[in-house]
Amino acid sequence: MKVINQMSMYVVPIILLTIVSIGLSKKIKVFEIFTQGAKTGLDTAVKLVPTLVGLIVAIGMFRASGAMELLVYALSPVTDWIGIPAGVMPLAILKPVSGAGSLTLVSSIMNQYGPDSFIGKLACVMMGSTETTFYVIAIYFGVTKVKNTGYMIPVAVTADVVCILLSFFVCKLFFL
Amino acid sequence: MLNYIWAALIIISVIVGFISGRTAEVSAGILESAKTAVNVVLGLTGMMCFWTGMSAILEKSSAVKALSEIIEPLINLLFPRIKKETKAKEKIVMNICANVLGMGNAATPLGLEAMKELDRINPSTNASESMMLFLVINTCSFQLIPTSVISLRYNAGAVNPYDIIIPIWITSFLTLLSGILLCKLLERTRRSVI
Repeated sequence: MKVINQMSMYVVPIILLTIVSIGLSKKIKVFEIFTQGAKTGLDTAVKLVPTLVGLIVAIGMFRASGAMELLVYALSPVTDWIGIPAGVMPLAILKPVSGAGSLTLVSSIMNQYGPDSFIGKLACVMMGSTETTFYVIAIYFGVTKVKNTGYMIPVAVTADVVCILLSFFVCKLFFL
Repeated sequence: MLNYIWAALIIISVIVGFISGRTAEVSAGILESAKTAVNVVLGLTGMMCFWTGMSAILEKSSAVKALSEIIEPLINLLFPRIKKETKAKEKIVMNICANVLGMGNAATPLGLEAMKELDRINPSTNASESMMLFLVINTCSFQLIPTSVISLRYNAGAVNPYDIIIPIWITSFLTLLSGILLCKLLERTRRSVI
């Protein structure tokens, strides 16, 4: 496991090297294209502000009122049985619905427990491993004439549950 | 859906705050969280710019096309029913590549195009098997570099913000695999029932 943990430090540099060399070999003005692309990143970030303010405030209120503790407490019989820290469960519930919302929760979990705590890392792995399932299903079927989605929702929900469990077991393997 | 969740969060917080006598904390929480929100975005902005810049280079160098050729046999294997539908297949392949390379902005329009193509060749208003499989691949999407998580970790002061990359690869790969297997299994049982 140590070796693999070490490897993750090289992933990003190697990818950067690959991208820049491919760009150069195709005779692309790499820096110019980079800055143009980076500008769209800035636009996305600016557009994210209203969404995040709305969601972070709502989740902050939820936490401050004690409602989050109630939710975690209510889920604890299930989480205790599996062994998953109850603190990540709000994230597991919100992730399939809202990307920005779960981003918010990940950062608040890390602030509360520390980024290098087991639960902090678990939250990150969960966040990175799935998509906002229901959002994707809604917009993708939205452009079609489909009325009956067949076994789509059951499969997607199962995959999300599998992902939560897998994140937990993989994190246990790596970080405990 | 998010409308209801958002409203519910606020309404429940206010009610629970009243009951638990933490109204003052809730009000303070609003001020604090609004500030946090802006800080989170500020923290993400740099990384977002950097990676969208990098993926722009990839886009220009037609890396997606090159990658597409590599994964096409795999797509033929997964979607045997649309082997001859070149246009649908091409969009599916491009969408998957854009997702892997973390080009979210490019991936969604391509994915929608693919859905429209799959819809065109689907005679009924029931979701076709190819559609469902394609969506499962999208909802379990595999990303090479989970940039936003990495920058969140960096902002939170993690010792090594990158240490979650390989666990994320393993988890999302296995999730994807289980999603595909489940789809294939259901396809088979449904066909045998009919």
